[in-house]
Amino acid sequence: MCGIVGLFLKDPTLETRLGALMADMLVQMSERGPDSAGFAVYGAPGGSVRMTLRSESPAADFPLLDQALSQAIGAPVALTTRDTHAVLTLPAEALDAARAALPGLRPGLSVMSFGDAIEIYKEVGLPRDVASRFGLAAMTGTHGVGHTRMATESAVTTMGAHPFSTGPDQCLVHNGSLSNHNALRRDLVREGLAFETDNDSEVAAAYLTARMAEGANLGQALETGLTDLDGFYTFVVGTRDGFGVLRDPIACKPAVLAETDRYVAFGSEYRALAGLPGIEAAKVWEPEPATVYFWSR
Amino acid sequence: MQSYDLAAGTLREMNAALQAQAGTTNETAWEILNPQGRHAIAVGLDAPLDVTVNGPTGYYCAGMNKHATVRISGNAGPGVAENMMSGTVIVDGDASQYAGATGRGGLLVIRGNASSRCGISMKGIDIVVGGNIGHMSAFMGQKGNLVVCGDAGDALGDSLYEARLFVRGTVKSLGADCVEKEMRPEHLAALETLLEAARMDADPASFRRYGSARRLYNFDIDNAGEY
Repeated sequence: MCGIVGLFLKDPTLETRLGALMADMLVQMSERGPDSAGFAVYGAPGGSVRMTLRSESPAADFPLLDQALSQAIGAPVALTTRDTHAVLTLPAEALDAARAALPGLRPGLSVMSFGDAIEIYKEVGLPRDVASRFGLAAMTGTHGVGHTRMATESAVTTMGAHPFSTGPDQCLVHNGSLSNHNALRRDLVREGLAFETDNDSEVAAAYLTARMAEGANLGQALETGLTDLDGFYTFVVGTRDGFGVLRDPIACKPAVLAETDRYVAFGSEYRALAGLPGIEAAKVWEPEPATVYFWSR
Repeated sequence: MQSYDLAAGTLREMNAALQAQAGTTNETAWEILNPQGRHAIAVGLDAPLDVTVNGPTGYYCAGMNKHATVRISGNAGPGVAENMMSGTVIVDGDASQYAGATGRGGLLVIRGNASSRCGISMKGIDIVVGGNIGHMSAFMGQKGNLVVCGDAGDALGDSLYEARLFVRGTVKSLGADCVEKEMRPEHLAALETLLEAARMDADPASFRRYGSARRLYNFDIDNAGEY
């Protein structure tokens, strides 16, 4: 069992409340996933690129990292730290150099995400604690997805928590378990993708990244996933400008969607949505099995 | 009417209060406020109470119901009225997966749509759905009636025993050993009674009946090579 939440805002006046709404939704899904929690928040793209990093020893790794990296790549770097995570903001053209330089500067860092808009935060612990460590309630943005994890397929670690990001501004959260992930991982490694964990959900994320790198849009990538991914799943996927939902044909894993003029919201259960503004008048429905849903701006 | 506000009290306290009502109570009308999708609301009731849940519910609302009437003014989460013994459960909105699963008696009315596995392993319950039902509904249904005023999804009545299925709209596909059967006068009469009890405005003659072909009841020696 795991819990998933997602919120895609249509009304820009809600953007200052994105984090607060998501934090409440995430906490409502605590019983479904008390092991660890994580979330991706998409802010407005601002011409520069963001990298979210995670460290086991933030007190040693993060101080002066901006200066060291700036020197190494010859470009301005800004650093914001949040508990075990830090966001680096740098010019888009310096991204490849920064990714190449980081392991030499701070060998212990993991890259959680990179892109124009995405930031990913995840840790082991109760959803309420994880949300408050990173200050989710104060975050703003256009859309986001969150996950509360009850681990079945791999270890309870920070890197095993969701969301998984395997491409620029992409992330995936998963409730379920895949049965062909080892074979798929081998194929994807041959295609040039790199994996951080043994987790089955990371394979689904990488699969979608590979299809989108070939030119598919999110909807098309999810469509081919129906054939290639074997197992139980409800996925919620985030991209720079969109948000998609897919359930396997058996559809055991619960899912509820709600839509109003102001937002589209996803919850593993209705109670995740119960606190959203205007939910009483929202169109609330269960996404059909084997059917791709996606919204983009 | 007695009222319980779940925003102010606890689920456990509310269920305990409802379960403590003896069959002799004359204060049978209850209203549950602010359910907000919580799980296991009004479960295990065994007195002829009349409970209205004012809003959407989560997993297993009105599970194991006996004698009581439970009305949900909103959508119901997975497993509504699972293993019901008797009484009536009415969902004014849609119901999620496995509504009425394993139910042994009573009447479950869903005014909207029901999703997958509606009436899975039903054992005597009557289920009347105003809208459509999802895939694998009435899987291994043993006894009782499933009435669908809209359409049915894939694999309806797979591995069915003796439950009777009535569908007014289309059936996407029938499951293993489920076949269309002749609608005889006794079926029309039974269907009319069910539609009336559920207060559904539909003509019994517009439904088709499905049931078990009973080919899975016995081992077929010709299949021995398959094992």
